[in-house]
Amino acid sequence: MAPAEIRQVILDILKKIAPDEDLSSLDDSVPFREQMELDSMDFLDIVMELRKAYRVQIPEEDYHHLGTMDSTVTYLTPILKDV
Amino acid sequence: MHYETLIIGAGLSGLAAGIRLAYFDQQVCVLERHTTIGGLNSFYRLRGRNHDVGLHAVTNYAKPGTKTGPLSKLLRQLRIRWDDFSLCEQNGSSIKFPGCTLQFSNDFELLHEQINSAFPSEKDHFARLHQFLINFDELDLQQNAQSARETLNQYLGDAMLIDMLFCPLMFYGSAKPDDMDLNQFVVMYKSIFMEGFGRPFKGVRPIMKTLVRQYKKLGGELRLRAGVKRILTDGNRAVGVELDDGTQLTADRILSSAGAVETAQLCPPCPSTKEEASFEPIAGDVTFNEIIDTLDTTPAELGHNETIIFFNNSEKFSYRKPDEPCDLQSGIICSPNNFQYDTPLEEGCIRVTALANHDYWLSLSEEEYIEAKADWVQKIRETAIQHLPDYRSHIIDTDSFTPKTIKRYTGHINGCVYGAPNKSLDGSTNWDNLLLCGTDQGFLGIVGAMLSGITMANNHCLMN
Repeated sequence: MAPAEIRQVILDILKKIAPDEDLSSLDDSVPFREQMELDSMDFLDIVMELRKAYRVQIPEEDYHHLGTMDSTVTYLTPILKDV
Repeated sequence: MHYETLIIGAGLSGLAAGIRLAYFDQQVCVLERHTTIGGLNSFYRLRGRNHDVGLHAVTNYAKPGTKTGPLSKLLRQLRIRWDDFSLCEQNGSSIKFPGCTLQFSNDFELLHEQINSAFPSEKDHFARLHQFLINFDELDLQQNAQSARETLNQYLGDAMLIDMLFCPLMFYGSAKPDDMDLNQFVVMYKSIFMEGFGRPFKGVRPIMKTLVRQYKKLGGELRLRAGVKRILTDGNRAVGVELDDGTQLTADRILSSAGAVETAQLCPPCPSTKEEASFEPIAGDVTFNEIIDTLDTTPAELGHNETIIFFNNSEKFSYRKPDEPCDLQSGIICSPNNFQYDTPLEEGCIRVTALANHDYWLSLSEEEYIEAKADWVQKIRETAIQHLPDYRSHIIDTDSFTPKTIKRYTGHINGCVYGAPNKSLDGSTNWDNLLLCGTDQGFLGIVGAMLSGITMANNHCLMN
């Protein structure tokens, strides 16, 4: 999967988790937490949705890579390259 | 049959946990002894009328589109919509003590003003207490229990104000006599005084039905009439259950909403490899009688518009098991009609709740029980009409329940509504993969029960 596709996957997950959020103005370099009302339960959902869709395991110590859209895509690019 | 997770009890917490696990493709089964779902928040039909077992109001009210707070959090986590519950706001409620009434609504400012005008000398003290409570992290699952009364005594000087603040919060959630754990006090303070009350037009039914529909849609399995006779263990681990009919099911882990003591009683005495038990649950003994009067008119027609009245008629508010069959000094009066619905409910209804002595109600013979129940319906109603128009000539039907009813349908020891006085906030028990959710995990109210199931499912069943 290419970075642009990964970005779309994450956007789709965010839409599921927070259906009321307007994601069109999301700034990829700013933490999700600062732009949306996401808490630790929601971050668990991002991880779980990725596991559900692509069977990828993200260990808890790597959760900090999921702070912004940019860092998330960077982190996931090698992991999802063959998907 | 083997499951990844077995859940004991198809109440709010068990079904909410089940939805989380089914959503993430776990093989999960909810086991319920009763013939229907709901547990402590079930519903029934009697003489052609629909009743709720427990619901007076849903706490933690939030308007549609709200992004923060417990209700929004649980809707997101369960992937359900605000409209599925469609909570209608309360008209307004009050706390009535001798010579003093405090009104409150879903706008905290009303309570704040009422306190400032009724207790002017406490104005600054209350402001400081309020700030402390706002900053308190009630969701920290690692904290040790501390007394809410001791904390309130540090901030406030007026004993009556302290009791008046405790009154609704205890009635709607405390398993502890005359006190609450501080974190539970904060949960209730925020959910009742700051967020407030709402109710779906059709009561608890749309909530329970939304949960069960979502759970089944996601592939979750629900077995009714499937009581757990015992929990099977191996070393430190729970490995499965044996049902009342002898069927054995195995599981990687078990999540129980049956109550802490009730769950412990399903297990062998203690894990053989552990030196001592780390958590010793205590059976609670705070419980209630409730009467449900159906009227030929509405409370509003009789001049009563308040949603809920929490009253106490004596000098000191006592929240504990009474010596008498029921405590007639205090209680809750709820009018399900008095919410801001688009159209009025079909019939008028008044529900009155009083603290009850479970030893008395559980010791009666069937004949004595029927007589005592009818007798105490009258007595409880008489105390209520000191606080609202005398509606007795308008009653067309009455139902009531006692601790015996609660015990019969939920299996809770002593017929307790709020479970054990000591909670297991992280859900742990003396067995490695046997976890608690629901009232004995310690989140309170309808929203709290669902959040308990969600949190325990997340922390213990999904993260590994």
